[in-house]
Amino acid sequence: MSASTEVITEMKPSSSRPWSLWATQIAAILRLEVRKNFIGKRALLIYLLAATPVLLMAALSAQISWEQSRNNNIGEINIIFANLYEGLILRTIVFFGSAWIFMNLFRGEVVDRSLHYYFLSPVRREVLVCGKYLSGLVASFVLFTISTAGSLLFLYIGLGAAGVNYLGDGAGKRQALAYLGITALGCVGYGAAFLVIGLFFRNPIIPALLAYGWEFINFLLPPVLKKISIIHYLHSLSPVPVPEGPFAMVAEPTPAYISIPGLLIVTAAVLVLASFQIRRMQINYGGE
Amino acid sequence: MDKSVDHTIVFEDVSKFYGEILGVNRVNLTIEPGITSLVGPNGSGKTTLMNLMTALIRPTRGRVSVLGLRADHPEIFFRKVGYCSQFDSFPRALTGFQFIYSYLRVHGYSKQAAQDLAWKALHRVELLDAAHLKIGAYSKGMRQRVRLAQAIAHEPVVMILDEPLNGLDPMARAETIRLFRQLAAEGLHLIISSHILHEVDMMSDSVILLNNGYVVAEGEIQGVRDEMEEHPMQILIRCDRPGLLAARVFEQDSVVEAKIHKDKHGLFVKTRDADAFYLLLNSIVVEDGLSVESVAPVDDDLNAVYQYLIGGGEAA
Repeated sequence: MSASTEVITEMKPSSSRPWSLWATQIAAILRLEVRKNFIGKRALLIYLLAATPVLLMAALSAQISWEQSRNNNIGEINIIFANLYEGLILRTIVFFGSAWIFMNLFRGEVVDRSLHYYFLSPVRREVLVCGKYLSGLVASFVLFTISTAGSLLFLYIGLGAAGVNYLGDGAGKRQALAYLGITALGCVGYGAAFLVIGLFFRNPIIPALLAYGWEFINFLLPPVLKKISIIHYLHSLSPVPVPEGPFAMVAEPTPAYISIPGLLIVTAAVLVLASFQIRRMQINYGGE
Repeated sequence: MDKSVDHTIVFEDVSKFYGEILGVNRVNLTIEPGITSLVGPNGSGKTTLMNLMTALIRPTRGRVSVLGLRADHPEIFFRKVGYCSQFDSFPRALTGFQFIYSYLRVHGYSKQAAQDLAWKALHRVELLDAAHLKIGAYSKGMRQRVRLAQAIAHEPVVMILDEPLNGLDPMARAETIRLFRQLAAEGLHLIISSHILHEVDMMSDSVILLNNGYVVAEGEIQGVRDEMEEHPMQILIRCDRPGLLAARVFEQDSVVEAKIHKDKHGLFVKTRDADAFYLLLNSIVVEDGLSVESVAPVDDDLNAVYQYLIGGGEAA
């Protein structure tokens, strides 16, 4: 094992300017993490989750076109999709998918006993949080926006050319883009929440289920409490209003110009909290 | 050596408790450059001290500094420090090269520099042939070497190595010890933990002896060496023909006992000269085609030496 005689040129890390170095490090973390998020046993569950609404919509679409395509109109399909989107895609698939992806960013590495490789690198822990969060966003955006787009396409295909034309048209296109945007915002909001839950709790399943319960009963909550949730803001953005049922406490939807920046600000605050927590984090795999 | 720069690793009244369990207690140490071994039985606090040095865990009390730096600023600290831990786990689905390269990129190295450093590190641990194999397919010894390569790849000034010879075959052990000596000669600080006193003897300039979380002795290697000469080392060789091996090992005067394992697939050998024994073992493998599965020192007989050192000479 003699010393290598290779001539190695520029061996300094890429830049002494912190922002440039942090960007390089985030990109490197992103490459490692995106790979982990898309490959491996843990990814299987996410693929399954993302495929579920597409398959359901395809089945529904087949039924629509078989039984009563002539009688269905776009308006009815819009309402069917809006209900399925909020009940199935947003509240279940995006929620649990984000929980799985983002809680595993740190907790999964503790279980795998590989987090120390990051902690032993010359990278600020805040930068690590940022890189990992972005990698979770890439995975969740890709999977759940494709899932949303696939669901839309398969459902409207049941109406034949009329449905496809509608999605490509002005109103239908805006509606589709709104759903994709809500899905992306759901990933942003739920992602930050679950990342921090994964940092604070050794067994994050229970807090995740509590969060699910809180989001689930949101329609029953008084207006003030409704606003302490993510689903309220996402629900407010729905392009097709979805009734919340006879027992719902009615609250004014929060306008998009408040709900979108509000969600982003809360996400940023949650990530700052995650950064504080990770600075205090110790590696004690044996205690997990 | 620049006098204005702090070249030491300092523990100031450091204690670490895991709940009510003692990790280490009231440790005061100043470690100078060279190869320093942390020696002690399992559970004595060696890994705790190493994890404290690298801030994987925080002290309950006291302060640790490495070359005057605190690990609170990892972006500076870990450019100078490399840690080869005992955790035998890796990010999934990476080859040896990808593993080292990816973390060098996390350091902030450019693509080309990361590639060059990764190849250089793999070359140093003689893992070039397996560089493009998935780590999941590596043997224990190869995993140990790739971890070592990852720890040295960014060319740190201080290397902290937790049981770095575990799982290596005799040839690789000898080569790795040579590498450590070479790194120390290049001016690196090496902190190595081991519970194998004979290995410590082969590579260390000084030792820190730990027991039950306390530093019980520290100093030059010579004192430990004198004690070890009185105590034969026991080695377990797992192989296909232990009977043949038993017959051959007595060619050496330093071998004092050979006992076949009860499962008939191994041989316990007690020797006063482990180096000479490893060389003999290599020649037996070559000449008689012996198939060796593993070679590992057995702890039990060393307890006497520990007891002697820890207890001030009463137990030996």
